[in-house]
Amino acid sequence: MLVIEGLHASIGDTEILSGLSLEVAAGEVHAVMGPNGSGKSTLAHVLAGRDPYRVTAGRVLYDGADLLAMTPEERAAAGVFLAFQHPIEIPGVANMYFLRTALNALRRARGLDEIGPVEFLKLADEKCRLVEMDRSLMDRSVNDGFSGGEKKRNEILQMLVLEPRLAILDETDSGLDIDALRVVAKGVTSLRSPGTAVVLITHHQRLLDHVVPDRVHVLAGGRIVRSGGPELAAELEAHGYADLEAMPAAGLSALIGPRR
Amino acid sequence: MTPRAQAVAARPSQELELPPLGQPSDPAWLSVSRRRAAAWVRANGFPSSKQEDWRYTSIDPVLAVPLVDGTGTTGRRPSLAVLDLLDLLGPRLGAVRLVMVNGHLAPELSQRAALPGGARILRLEDALADNPRQLASLWSWRSGGYPHALRALSDALATDGVLIDLPAGAVVEEPIEVVLLSAPGGAERWSHPRVVVAAGAASRATVIENYLGAPGRPSVTNALTQVMMDDEAQVDHYVMQADSTDGFHFSSLEVRPGRASHFSSRLLAVGARIGRHEVQVALQGEDAEIELSGLFLTGAGQVHDNPVLVDHAAPGCRSRQLYKGVAGGDGRGVFNGHIVVRAGANGTDAQQINKNLLVSDRAEVDTRPRLEIFADDVACAHGAAVGQLDPGAVFYLRSRGISYQQARALLVSGFAREVIDGFADGPIRQYAELLASAQLDRVVLTRQDGAAPAPAGGRASSASAATEGAAR
Amino acid sequence: MSTTRSDLAELAGREYAYGFVSDIATDLAPKGLNEEVIRLISAKKDEPDWLVDWRLRAYRHWRTLSEPTWQNVAYGPIDYDEIIYYAAPKAKVAPGSLEEVDPELRAMFDKLGISLAEQERLSGVAVDAVVDSVSVATTFQARLAEAGVIFSSFSDAVRNHPDLVRAHLGSVVPYKDNFFAALNSAVFTDGSFCYVPAGVHCPMELSTYFRINSAGTGQFERTLIIAEAGAEVSYLEGCTAPMRDDNQLHAAVVELVAMDDARIKYSTVQNWYPGDADGRGGIYNFVTKRGRCAGARSKISWTQVETGSAITWKYPGVVLQGDDSVGEFYSVALSAAHQQADTGTKMIHIGKNTTSTIVSKAISAGHGQNTYRGLVKMLRSAEGARNHTRCDSLLIGPECGAHTFPYVEVKHSSAQVEHEATTSKVSDDQLFYARQRGIGEEEATSMIVNGFCREVFRKLPMEFAVEAQRLLSVSLEGAVG
Repeated sequence: MLVIEGLHASIGDTEILSGLSLEVAAGEVHAVMGPNGSGKSTLAHVLAGRDPYRVTAGRVLYDGADLLAMTPEERAAAGVFLAFQHPIEIPGVANMYFLRTALNALRRARGLDEIGPVEFLKLADEKCRLVEMDRSLMDRSVNDGFSGGEKKRNEILQMLVLEPRLAILDETDSGLDIDALRVVAKGVTSLRSPGTAVVLITHHQRLLDHVVPDRVHVLAGGRIVRSGGPELAAELEAHGYADLEAMPAAGLSALIGPRR
Repeated sequence: MTPRAQAVAARPSQELELPPLGQPSDPAWLSVSRRRAAAWVRANGFPSSKQEDWRYTSIDPVLAVPLVDGTGTTGRRPSLAVLDLLDLLGPRLGAVRLVMVNGHLAPELSQRAALPGGARILRLEDALADNPRQLASLWSWRSGGYPHALRALSDALATDGVLIDLPAGAVVEEPIEVVLLSAPGGAERWSHPRVVVAAGAASRATVIENYLGAPGRPSVTNALTQVMMDDEAQVDHYVMQADSTDGFHFSSLEVRPGRASHFSSRLLAVGARIGRHEVQVALQGEDAEIELSGLFLTGAGQVHDNPVLVDHAAPGCRSRQLYKGVAGGDGRGVFNGHIVVRAGANGTDAQQINKNLLVSDRAEVDTRPRLEIFADDVACAHGAAVGQLDPGAVFYLRSRGISYQQARALLVSGFAREVIDGFADGPIRQYAELLASAQLDRVVLTRQDGAAPAPAGGRASSASAATEGAAR
Repeated sequence: MSTTRSDLAELAGREYAYGFVSDIATDLAPKGLNEEVIRLISAKKDEPDWLVDWRLRAYRHWRTLSEPTWQNVAYGPIDYDEIIYYAAPKAKVAPGSLEEVDPELRAMFDKLGISLAEQERLSGVAVDAVVDSVSVATTFQARLAEAGVIFSSFSDAVRNHPDLVRAHLGSVVPYKDNFFAALNSAVFTDGSFCYVPAGVHCPMELSTYFRINSAGTGQFERTLIIAEAGAEVSYLEGCTAPMRDDNQLHAAVVELVAMDDARIKYSTVQNWYPGDADGRGGIYNFVTKRGRCAGARSKISWTQVETGSAITWKYPGVVLQGDDSVGEFYSVALSAAHQQADTGTKMIHIGKNTTSTIVSKAISAGHGQNTYRGLVKMLRSAEGARNHTRCDSLLIGPECGAHTFPYVEVKHSSAQVEHEATTSKVSDDQLFYARQRGIGEEEATSMIVNGFCREVFRKLPMEFAVEAQRLLSVSLEGAVG
């Protein structure tokens, strides 16, 4: 479904991804782990089409099509969803309205009829319950004044409503309490199907205790330095990233990252 | 008794009588500049309240003081003896202290010390005679025109002052204090002192201007400070304005920060009948950071006006303004802040906050926090609040046994603390606290009906925007 | 981000949908201004002597004034002798019912989306339609009369209720108030008049639709609304004009008077022709609007959505005279292309415990320049007065400007004033977030801008709120390119 080949990406003059390659097949859940600054978020943003990142080499195929040639909304219409690490606040735009507009934009792009307000309300209520989100948050402005946990639940809610084929979760698990983490895991599990793929970008093993990935990759220095089965995550948890090749000598402790 | 000289004409007038422009020893460029400035004053006259920037401050009483000293002297010889003058000076605020009396440097009262890194302090008179290029360029900062006659008068008439010259890399830890004293006695007079700070690349210094005045005939202090900073220089500047409440204080601070430089200026204004503390910062180097703050405590019979212009002309600069005012008696406090962000000044981060307390029914506060923005990649915000002490807080303190007046004084000094806390630790902060608390007693206690009002039926309003906690 | 910019630019062509000219036989006064022209206007309207005298006094005062220059807008000199001060669609006889209104006129209003007949049948909003200098139709008069509400053209009011007009005309905005108010007082031709008697809640929304049609004319209408004790009324106005390369002057005066416990809500959706993409043509909208909360506990609320005009210069204000009276100002002002707006409000607190709220949302796009200018004044008598002001500016594109010039003057220690303002742009992060969810850039921009304005739109009557949102989106289409 997703094929990344030799991807180089920079911001300004700084190269962040340096020849990253990765393949994700439909029906699979992949975890991409790595220390801070290894390029995890950059990967997520490049896949979604964020502006300041410049792709200097390599290519990304999504169902065989050139993903990088598409605008962000075309990617969304094609089923690519990014759960943001830091969801932005949009004052004055009601969460409910925003999500319905997005859903209808996607449905239009896919040649489906738009969904009416009443029907949407039912759908939103159902998904709200699923992610255990306070229903009143739907009537507030998008992410405006939401707590960290509420924002993450809102991302998962949007994911469940928009039903992507490729979901990329950028550190959705960071800073969450155990209940919220469980909700994120539940969301990912319910999305799991033979036709969809999920990329979990994370710093910690925690989420992977709830969602067992098919493959685990270690991202360091802008490329995948190691891949393996779920056991790799446990190994990383036990030993940190320190043993990995291509690690800069300095700042090893920072690479291991904080533990909770 | 000397014959009273003619008052200054407010209207443009070619007949406006001015004292001799500068010294015979002035270099040619300076004479040209002085004549141009004098011509500007004659052509444009003095500001009136019809002008937006002078809307709240009438200059009329100032113009009653003749520009030309009727005694025929320049005020160079104060009538008091050196010892008496020393008595008027407050505590020393730095290792180096330069004292100017009525606009002229008084070496016999000054204390000098060797400065590290080749830093020098020159008397402006001497520096001008030496004709350094630095001063020529400073004098021409305003060659295109002047914001008002007082600023032009400084270019026309300033002869003496202090030049602080910091070569690249010079770091002067101890504050440099310049005392500007309006000495009593003699005739009413104007003085036009000037302080120039030339800060080389990565140099660092603290400069304190300490304005003092003794009661007596009204005098006009028309001071100008110019700070020119090279890349990565750091200058921390203070203005302590405790001029005589019989006198008029006009100070202008003009700053040109270089790339990645840091500048701060902190004002405490307690003195003068009319005090106008103008600040103009032209951000023309990238990534500079500036911080301006002011506390004006305005008592009966006083006006304090604070026109502050921060002009973001370069990208990536950050500016902060925090001005707080307390007005009592029939005093009037004015904040006239202005942020301009020019096209191309992307990444500008500018903030302006003005909060005021009115502690008397006859006091007035006027505030005009202005934003003028011509670039879109900016984050600018301003906030202004005018209010009274939170009656709920006053009540709370009284219920704990604190007297009405004491409760008010406590809350007002709490309000003022935010600004004073920004003053560097040490003598300057102690001096600021001393000045502020003396003036606060005056401001808060001049309330006509000094007695406590009847309890307001327990209505513990927390709506007071201006008191701490509730304010944002 | 640039991928859809070109699409947006293509839409610029349809940015102003009201730019047509209707071919209506028109009665015009000769160009220029002098006492003869004023007498002519007055004679055409068969006015009483006191009104002619008042106009002439205003005119003589105007001659002594010079055009103000302090506002933050730039435009070439206006030649007051090149303006036609009176233009009226020719009517064979004064229409007694809608059927008698000139079919061309009715067609014009249909084209504007304001079907006079339909308004009468369906919407339940009473409309006074003003074309150029005169009112051409007022709907629902009979039903309003049953409730005791007088709603008519200004000219009719002068004929039918001279005492009411005489008592209040100039009582809020005297002709000496400013240059354009003096000009209006001298040459005003028509406008709307509304009187709501004590205790009456006006049974329907009232509205006036202003249309400039003729070339070379100025529109100088005057509106007067009086709400007696306990009365309530909600009034809307909308404005459009044809696309022309010349600038046309619109200098209106609106006066509101609210007695004890009365409430007046005045909403404006101003969509005068803004000029073309290069800044040619467009209306100069120089307007004086003021309300007087004369009675205790009275309330006057201004809501404005300003998307049109080449230049907008207006400060709808409230004089809070009665104790416990309330003034409100909610504004959305958009300056796109080469539009300039210098707008805001004046809240003058005189009475005790008076409160005012100001919410201003300014949007600048293209080469637009938008200035908020507001005065909050607490007089010595204004014990316990309160004001809260919030001014937010949104910038779209690097060539525009957003300026905030508040004036706060407080003379009473128990008064509280709070002013907050922010300036920001539509952030790339917000746009990207919406686009990642599948929403196109144009729709996302419009959604974010509408969200920015929501606080103000909520204050508009429902049908106007929808119209305002649509207008804003349409106006932005040309701007974002």
